[in-house]
Amino acid sequence: MNLLETRKLTKYFGDTHAVDNVDFKVGEGEVVALIGANGAGKTSLVNVISGFFPPDSGQILFRGVDVTNLRVDERIKAGIARSFQIVNLFDQLTLLDNVALSIFSREDATKTLWLVADRFGPVWQEAVDILRQFGLERTRAIVAGGISQGERKLLDVAVAYALRPQLLFLDEPTSGVSTRDKAQIMDIVTSVVRSRKITAVIIEHDMDIVFKYSDRIVAMQDGKILADGTPDEIRRNKAVTNTLIGAVDA
Amino acid sequence: MRIVNLAHGNLYAIGAFVTASLVGNWLAGTRTLILYFLLPAGAFVAAAIGAVLEPTLLRPFYRRAEEYQLLVTFGLLMILEDAVRFIWGPYPLSASTLFSELGSFSIGDAIYPTYNLLVIATGGLAAVFLWAFVYRTRFGLLLRATAQDMRRASALGVNVNRVYVQAFTIGCFMAGLGGAIVVPGQSAVLGMGVEALVLAFIVVVIGGLGSLEGALVGALIVGIFREIGITVFPEIELAMLYLIAAFVLLVRPAGLFGRPA
Amino acid sequence: MSTVAIPLTQGLSIKTVAWAVLIAAALALLPFAVGEYQTILLAYGLIFAIAALGLNLLLGYTGLLSFGHAAFFGTGAYVVALMVKYFHVQSMELFLLGTVGASLVVAFLFGFVSVRYTKIFFSILNLALSQVLWSLAYKFYWVTGGSDGLRVPTPTLLGGAIGVTDDKIHFLSHAYYYYVLVLFLACVLVMWVIVHSPFGKALQAIRDNETRARFVGIRIRQYRLVAYLVSGVFTGIAGALWVPLNGLTTPDILYWPFSGEIVFMCVLGGFQYFTGPIVGAVVFNYLKSWVVGATTYWQALLGIILVVLVLALPTGIVGTAKRIIDKARRAASA
Repeated sequence: MNLLETRKLTKYFGDTHAVDNVDFKVGEGEVVALIGANGAGKTSLVNVISGFFPPDSGQILFRGVDVTNLRVDERIKAGIARSFQIVNLFDQLTLLDNVALSIFSREDATKTLWLVADRFGPVWQEAVDILRQFGLERTRAIVAGGISQGERKLLDVAVAYALRPQLLFLDEPTSGVSTRDKAQIMDIVTSVVRSRKITAVIIEHDMDIVFKYSDRIVAMQDGKILADGTPDEIRRNKAVTNTLIGAVDA
Repeated sequence: MRIVNLAHGNLYAIGAFVTASLVGNWLAGTRTLILYFLLPAGAFVAAAIGAVLEPTLLRPFYRRAEEYQLLVTFGLLMILEDAVRFIWGPYPLSASTLFSELGSFSIGDAIYPTYNLLVIATGGLAAVFLWAFVYRTRFGLLLRATAQDMRRASALGVNVNRVYVQAFTIGCFMAGLGGAIVVPGQSAVLGMGVEALVLAFIVVVIGGLGSLEGALVGALIVGIFREIGITVFPEIELAMLYLIAAFVLLVRPAGLFGRPA
Repeated sequence: MSTVAIPLTQGLSIKTVAWAVLIAAALALLPFAVGEYQTILLAYGLIFAIAALGLNLLLGYTGLLSFGHAAFFGTGAYVVALMVKYFHVQSMELFLLGTVGASLVVAFLFGFVSVRYTKIFFSILNLALSQVLWSLAYKFYWVTGGSDGLRVPTPTLLGGAIGVTDDKIHFLSHAYYYYVLVLFLACVLVMWVIVHSPFGKALQAIRDNETRARFVGIRIRQYRLVAYLVSGVFTGIAGALWVPLNGLTTPDILYWPFSGEIVFMCVLGGFQYFTGPIVGAVVFNYLKSWVVGATTYWQALLGIILVVLVLALPTGIVGTAKRIIDKARRAASA
């Protein structure tokens, strides 16, 4: 059984088919790259699957269970998490706080208002460990609004990762950073993801990164899946290279 | 324009006081016909004040969180309340001769003051003018564009500052006009601004933010319900209006005609 | 209001505890140092500080500016007055119990409706809802005394153990002052724990980035509603403590400009800091008393102060003081 499967998933925005009858499958343990020109529907697909907005029709199955109508927090409990293309962080809270929040939420401890947060030692220890995995340990006491863009991109992923998801969607984790930082981010992200056997779907524009780090590539265009295969297969796929060479410039 | 001005009611009050003191006191002996033409005097004063306020007190906050506007205009409200008291004293001012001059006429069994027709006409004219101004003129187009995206409009060469101060001035003119036109029927009293403000917000909430038709419809609804309330349930007349506003916010948060931001 | 770049969370250090103990001790010794009038004046300040603490849970920590908290203050005051009028209750503890219950009900009704909204909508909606209460208090004069209000005699404290004898002023400036002080310290402690709890962090997350909070698994409305309930109860308690001191409650404390005053207190002290609302309320109380005595146009003066604050000192007294102290420290160590 696939970890994630969508059936005829559709989402309109007015007349535009952002997601058009998409059957998207992800197998357990895979690292899948989701590519396509701007407006192809990649982020919309992730938005629908993660629960940002509901689909107009279609189904989302997670381990065979229909999660189409679950709330965001229910999907997270089920094991789906995501990061954001435009970094979404708690800017006035420290890096530690940002990651700890995910852990508190995961453990259902955010409802506790009668105990000071500092008492939850294991939570803070885990937060430090996660920050260390992402190379952010040094700046852990700085507020998220005060670190570099590359660090912010990593933190965005770390916050999602701290939810201990089984399926992690990463929306352009390397956009807006220098080439050297891109490689560093991807190295960290993929090593973390693979060591925990987390299934990852990564939206990416940089084709070098896509070919280097993914097990499988899914190409989208106009809300539909254009092609689906291994990096070698995609490289040889004329339809993909024709439509994407011009639009995707890394 | 996405400006929240808690002192808007005070501009309405200033319009009322200026007109009342001009028409009711200073020139009380003049020919009544001339006085009618002087009614909008309050509106012009309110507009002038607005022209000064926008660049000094509101402009610094466009880049900041909207709530700061609430805070600064609340301070402004306190200042203007006392300014009115300072200038015109604590007692009500009236211009009732203009009201009684026109007499009344009968609709069936009921007697209706003729002056109110003037108010309705003015309101209607103002509504039409404002609508035409915002939707049918080039300035209105610039205003709408700037309100939607100030940075982009400025990048396109629009003098954002000038657009905003002009538009805000017009808004204040309308507030002052409201007060001015109403004052012959009811005296200008301290606190009328604060009361009017909440009513105005209820109108906007019901009608919908950013919609002129909505403001008109909202005002009519508020006006009608208010009268019904006063006649049938005088105790809860006020409460009912606020409840209607809350209800509309619940059911249709963008208001009846509003576009959800 | 997430545009202010100053973090809110501060841990508990020995220094903080030491300062807190010192200030509590100073407050406890106050009636022996100053006259009765000054003590009662400070009691008012501490009461408003409780109200401001309540408001700031929403404003500073959750990012919601309520312009309707007069509703809770007034609920507290009127519940006490009505308990006196209809049930001849005298016990302060019963008053507080009734207030907490009533505040919870009002907060639930208002909160349920308003937490779906943010920013200006939220502020104006709360304003409108609090006006409902104001208009009811104003119009139903046979119940509430209308604009004349209701008188409230001095209550008995600690289950009737302490009551006023002959000297009402002495009672208010001693026994009642200590009662208020203890409750104030308790409220500060409770609020401190709440904002430093995981729940408090979740509120700040919601304030900073609602989308991300949602995608970290926090159900925004629920958390906002709980914050709203706590906030309302705090301000309600303040209202209940206020009315015996004032002796009278009128619809004025339900009128929305009074909500604005509570907001003013938080802004004056610095809503980005835990101690901001406390400092702001106490200072505002002194400021207003002084200003009311100084000129009839005190409202304009306060308005000018507010405008200057918002324009030039958005971090309030506490924030500005911190900045000055930090600068001095850096200059000293350089």
